[in-house]
Amino acid sequence: MNVKNNIEANRLTFWEELYLPEIARGLGLTLRRMFKPKMTRQYPEERWEPTGSYRGRPVLVEEDGTERCVACGLCSRVCPALAIEVQAADTELNKERFPVKFEINMLRCIYCGFCEEVCPEEAIVMSKDYELVFASQEEAIMDKPRLLTPVAVLQDRLEFLRQYR
Amino acid sequence: MEQNFVYDLIGENLIGYVIVAAMPLMFVLVYALVAILGELKISAWIQERLGPMRTGWKGVLQPIAEVVKLLQKEDITPANVNKPLFNVAPFIMFTGAYAAYAVIPFSSVFVPSGINIGLFYVFAVSAFAIIGIVMGGWASNNKYSLLGAMRAAAQMISYEIPIAIAILAVATLAGSLDMQEIIKQQAGGIWNWFLFGGTGSIAKVWVIPFTFALFLIYFIGSLAETNRVPFDIPEGESEIVAGYHTEYSGMKFAMFFFAEYSNMFVVSAIITILFLGGWQSPFGDFMNGPVWQSIWFISKAMFFVFVQIWLRWTLPRLRVDQLMYVTWKVMLPVAFVAFFAVAFWAMIK
Repeated sequence: MNVKNNIEANRLTFWEELYLPEIARGLGLTLRRMFKPKMTRQYPEERWEPTGSYRGRPVLVEEDGTERCVACGLCSRVCPALAIEVQAADTELNKERFPVKFEINMLRCIYCGFCEEVCPEEAIVMSKDYELVFASQEEAIMDKPRLLTPVAVLQDRLEFLRQYR
Repeated sequence: MEQNFVYDLIGENLIGYVIVAAMPLMFVLVYALVAILGELKISAWIQERLGPMRTGWKGVLQPIAEVVKLLQKEDITPANVNKPLFNVAPFIMFTGAYAAYAVIPFSSVFVPSGINIGLFYVFAVSAFAIIGIVMGGWASNNKYSLLGAMRAAAQMISYEIPIAIAILAVATLAGSLDMQEIIKQQAGGIWNWFLFGGTGSIAKVWVIPFTFALFLIYFIGSLAETNRVPFDIPEGESEIVAGYHTEYSGMKFAMFFFAEYSNMFVVSAIITILFLGGWQSPFGDFMNGPVWQSIWFISKAMFFVFVQIWLRWTLPRLRVDQLMYVTWKVMLPVAFVAFFAVAFWAMIK
């Protein structure tokens, strides 16, 4: 095919063909960039604060010194990665049942948020915690004391859930 | 011989010679650290990053950390290389780059060796770098190294021709090949620099476009001489890994790196001497003492080092055919025309 209408010499004006003015324009662009505010965040000192919509590490909501969870096992059922293990037991409290064992394997969790979505009690929610470092595989399995988080810390997420879920 | 304050102090004996020979080396070592930091920081700023921030205040100690890292690295010699050539190539390249410092006048009272054909000498020893590159590329026994070396040889030899004509034009204008003499002819402020046609009546205005063209030709050619972007096809990492230093590591790679950086300063110094009045103050006799002169000289040259770094992070790499097109079909005819115009002016003024 003979393309006659899109050859370089026709597209460019005389000054563009000289290249030097265009190079000067390019240099001007990079010079302006040099004095712009920088995008880099100095991580360990300057941390990113996620908004309520962020799906971080799933945690158990702690209210009045105990978890909201009634050990229905729905989260465990819905979890696509089979990361959650719940064992129920009876309790004297109003809710009658509580999880005697609640474990999330953080090596399996895929942060899909299904557990939170399916929970009838708003007892398991995704936190803002994104700094997940483990020294061993055993350490990565979160047990109940490590999962329990006071409700005050989770206000952003709970509000987001009420508004958009 | 030119005036040299070290000889005035110590006398022209062996100790004086050693000190004079070592002073540019001290300068190059410090300059290389500054240039590495500049490369890191300027590239970062252009890309709206911060660059190194952890080593020292705002990362100013980063180049020292990098040099220490390079020194600690294992010095790998691949099995089938030509060992003598492989080992000697980086040092030959650095020798060529460093030899040019012998005639660079840092001030009116300091030039390591004030020979009266300084310009010619610089031009001769700067061709030395090609030998180091071709040696390294050939000895590495690697097709990418060889390709890079061939490209470097083709590029550097082609670009020497327009550069030679630009140098010749300035030599015609100054009537001398002596660096100090060329600088002395540009005394008396910005308007008398060879970028603006040198000294002379107002009639010199018509020659300014030609000297400006020669300045640009020399600058573009010097980028090609030092293998800087947009002429870094000898080490084009997207095509031939790392070109001639693919097989090098540790200290020998550092020597190649060091030679490239000192070459950057040499070409910036030459462009300063030829077109921007060398160590002359831009305000005539104001602030033109020997110490001021070295400050002016180094800051002018460092400005061109900065421009080279700036260009590197602005422009993409040229293709080989575009590279040859630029030198043979654009720069060479323009250089000839400008040379004849400048020679005519030198004759009638």
